[in-house]
Amino acid sequence: MGRYMLRRLANYLILVIVATSLAYFLAALSLNPRANFEAQKPRPTTAQIDATLKTYNLDPETPVVVRYARWVDGIAHGNLGLDIKGGSVADDFGRKVGVSIRLLVIATIIGSIGGVLVGAYGAIKQYRFFDRWTTLASFFLLAMPVFVVAIALQMFAVNINDAAGSTVIQYIGEYNPTLSGFWPVLISRLQHLILPTITLTLFQIAQYSRYQRNTMLDVLGSDFLRTARAKGLRRRTALMKHGLRTAILPIVPLLVYNIVLLFTGATFTETIFGWHGMGEWLVLSITTNDVNSVAAVSLFTAAVVLVAGLLSDLIYSALDPRVRFS
Amino acid sequence: MSTASSRAGGTPQDSTTEEGLTPVIETSKEPAADRHGGVPPLLEVSDLHVSFPSEAGPVKAVRGVSYSVRPGEVLGIVGESGSGKSVSSMAVLGLLPDSADVRGSIRMDGRELLGLNDAKMSKIRGKDIAMVFQDPLSALTPVYSIGTQIIEAIQVHQDLDKVKARTRAIELLDLVGIPDPHQRVDAFPHEFSGGMRQRAMIAMAIANDPKIIIADEPTTALDVTIQAQVLEVLKKAQDVTGAAIVMITHDLGVIAGFADRVMVMYAGRPVENGPVDEVYYRPRMPYTIGLLGSIPRVDADERRALTPIDGTPPSMVALPKGCPFEARCPIAIDVCREREPELLTAPGANHPSACHRSRELAEGGGEGLLDPATIYPIPPLPEAHEIERLPREERTAVLEVDNLVKHFPLLKGAVFKRKIGTVKAVDGITLEIKEGETLGLVGESGCGKTTTLLEIMDLTGGQAGSVTVFGKDVREVKGAKARKALRRDMQIVFQDPMASLDARMPIGDILAEPLKTHGWDRARTDARIPELLELVGLNPDHSDRFPQEFSGGQRQRISIARALALEPKLVVLDEPVSALDVSIQAGVLNLLDELKSRMGLSYLFVAHDLSVVRHIADRIAVMYLGRIVELGETRSVFHEPSHPYTQALLSAVPLPDPQKERARERILLTGDLPSPANVPSGCRFRNRCPKYLQLNPGEQQRCESEDPQLHTLAPDHTAACHFAEALAVV
Repeated sequence: MGRYMLRRLANYLILVIVATSLAYFLAALSLNPRANFEAQKPRPTTAQIDATLKTYNLDPETPVVVRYARWVDGIAHGNLGLDIKGGSVADDFGRKVGVSIRLLVIATIIGSIGGVLVGAYGAIKQYRFFDRWTTLASFFLLAMPVFVVAIALQMFAVNINDAAGSTVIQYIGEYNPTLSGFWPVLISRLQHLILPTITLTLFQIAQYSRYQRNTMLDVLGSDFLRTARAKGLRRRTALMKHGLRTAILPIVPLLVYNIVLLFTGATFTETIFGWHGMGEWLVLSITTNDVNSVAAVSLFTAAVVLVAGLLSDLIYSALDPRVRFS
Repeated sequence: MSTASSRAGGTPQDSTTEEGLTPVIETSKEPAADRHGGVPPLLEVSDLHVSFPSEAGPVKAVRGVSYSVRPGEVLGIVGESGSGKSVSSMAVLGLLPDSADVRGSIRMDGRELLGLNDAKMSKIRGKDIAMVFQDPLSALTPVYSIGTQIIEAIQVHQDLDKVKARTRAIELLDLVGIPDPHQRVDAFPHEFSGGMRQRAMIAMAIANDPKIIIADEPTTALDVTIQAQVLEVLKKAQDVTGAAIVMITHDLGVIAGFADRVMVMYAGRPVENGPVDEVYYRPRMPYTIGLLGSIPRVDADERRALTPIDGTPPSMVALPKGCPFEARCPIAIDVCREREPELLTAPGANHPSACHRSRELAEGGGEGLLDPATIYPIPPLPEAHEIERLPREERTAVLEVDNLVKHFPLLKGAVFKRKIGTVKAVDGITLEIKEGETLGLVGESGCGKTTTLLEIMDLTGGQAGSVTVFGKDVREVKGAKARKALRRDMQIVFQDPMASLDARMPIGDILAEPLKTHGWDRARTDARIPELLELVGLNPDHSDRFPQEFSGGQRQRISIARALALEPKLVVLDEPVSALDVSIQAGVLNLLDELKSRMGLSYLFVAHDLSVVRHIADRIAVMYLGRIVELGETRSVFHEPSHPYTQALLSAVPLPDPQKERARERILLTGDLPSPANVPSGCRFRNRCPKYLQLNPGEQQRCESEDPQLHTLAPDHTAACHFAEALAVV
């Protein structure tokens, strides 16, 4: 088991290195950071720009392999380089990851548990009222762009706020920076969390429940569920303990990958609700020709895929004895 | 039951045909009841009806089933697929889907079970009524260990802590014969073989000392030797718990030795019901008679054609007005088309049957009576082809296999594979098939039968040894063209007629495909297709229909027609009838027999069912772990089996004959077939061999060190055993 996981880890590490290197080369060769400085007002002199690019390790005259080597050397020393404004990418990085985690934790927990339950219950009640309506709602949501849902939710929040007479639900930003003290800040954070969390949760439930419904349907007709009931287990117990427990296996990898990849995939939600997380940063760094930031986000994404792979392997082998010794 | 009786005597026309018949209400009149004295029935099912909604209308799966089971009694329920036998037992457990409409009454110890809610039924399931299901792989939850699942069954009904429940689970596993139960209790279902899983299922079923065990086809997916073991375990389980058993099966042989009483079901109703001896020796319903006549028997003395029941069971959505068996019945009369017969005891009979003419059916026939032995016209044996009349030595060989070997390397590693072992699937096989001859290749699953077939059909000659087809060594046959020409003369029929025909092609196109491949022109092909359909007994006008419009037996006929399209000389049949119901199977076997004689074909017939092989083969080869252990003329192998494995295999086959079956001494093999990756030294059968145990150490030494070769016992009878000795087992 340990050896198996070590082998997987080695495989994933190679993948991370390959993916990150390719991303660095792509960014370094295709983005044009010089344009940023040329657009500045007042325009710095060419010599100044050259000097800045050199200090930022963005100098196009230096061979890309050399820049790459410097970048790798920096990483080895915990230094992700400088962003296009001269700040430390590592500092940005820490801040943005924090924002993403705060945004996603609650949404993914509710989203995956909700998705699994909605899907499983829909399968049990196949073609009944609940199943029909959740199926319809899921496909309706999945067919809709995120921003439509987000904006609709914001409009809805406005109505609630109006009705309540005060701003119960906040629709922009992470918290009100003018507040101080533990409780007021916490409450403010929660008020700001409501809308993005609902947006993310809805999409996750819609997606996961479709998969869960299918796998649960397969299990419902199975002989072992019948055996469990023939033993004397109540229907509900048999469905949870033998049914759902088995039906959840095939969607474990899907859940884990989706959740972990949301870290850089919640771009729209972050942008619309004004949360400065990883997804927003990725788009922003590309549009600002910020090579080092792009590379940092790519590194993060690759690392996150590694974590997702290991996690899903671990969870899967914990849940399914059949894969343990292979 | 009371409704049945009032209906029977209710309408005027009843009296005309059923005058003098005694309605079966009082079950105490049945002989089985006498044996148990006045004990009240444990389980009483009366007038059970089950229907399922479907788009075509309600499917009436069970239409009035009544039976009772007394403590300690074994009731067999026999029927073909779709006869409602499983559905009716699921209804007893209350495990039918919510959409099922269940009516009637199911009482246990006088308590009505129908209509109980899930909570109340759960207290009965697994405690009073336990269940053993058919396929033990899918019937156990894959993610929990065997122990966990047994402990769960114990703890649902008994107030035992984890440690005590675990101890009990180990005891139970020991009881059902799982070796090393302390270790195996933590194994997962996928680590168990089929036979062991079924043992674990039985352990689970008896965990709470049930009063009734319902066994739904408990041995159907297993090999005969394992089937014999599992039946033994089931008997032991009954001895230990004193439970009554309801055994549901399609195999009349299994019931013959196991059950006290038997109920035959057809189209959702019981058509005959009584003590096994009564029903087997004095059947009163044409369906039962047909069923008994359509089974090939290992104990057959001479070769005779089987009596198939023509046609197929009716659709359960739109049942005809009269007797549902009428369309297939050889003695149907007008009243059969008018009215469905009740299950009644005819005068002179000792058990009830549902037939308007049951009064006339009496053993031996006689004045105005019908003899059950002759109501089905016995098809004449096909006239032997001129080749078949030649003595064997004068015929030429169509297939010679000499020392054929197929080993698969066992690899490990993801990127760099390294060999860690060898699977000796086929390990030196020599056989020969002459013109007009059928060679039966039998053995348990995993013994290498299919690999042998595929190696022969592959026409590459294998890793070692040689394959000679029609006198040509296949290694010498070079080039695609020559090989294609050879293929034309050897064709194959597969096991599963559902999977081996393309569902998107009309059967005419399916039959035309081999012809087109071999360059027949359009006109010749078009003329050939109706000819082929007629040859296999199908309507030539149906060539534009799709495979799903045909029944299983008809599809297998299409497969046969496809194989015969090019008029081959050798046909390889891989378990051609094992997916079919017995009444259908008989028709297909007769067809194969007839085609062989008519066209002078040779068959290589692979099967695990020895009675089928007994019926169809001229010579027989018994395979064990990649080797042939006994080979010879069918009669001689069946009458004087000389290898201990053949003897065990034959003795494990249940006979549809209650008295013979009860008197038989079974040779039970221990354990499962070893893995072909790990073949024992010397004789590969020795670790399961009953004979080995009786030998003295010096002789045992020989079995351990020396690999026995086939040696001649009689003209055309060889066996690979150092101590081969004939022993009659059937």
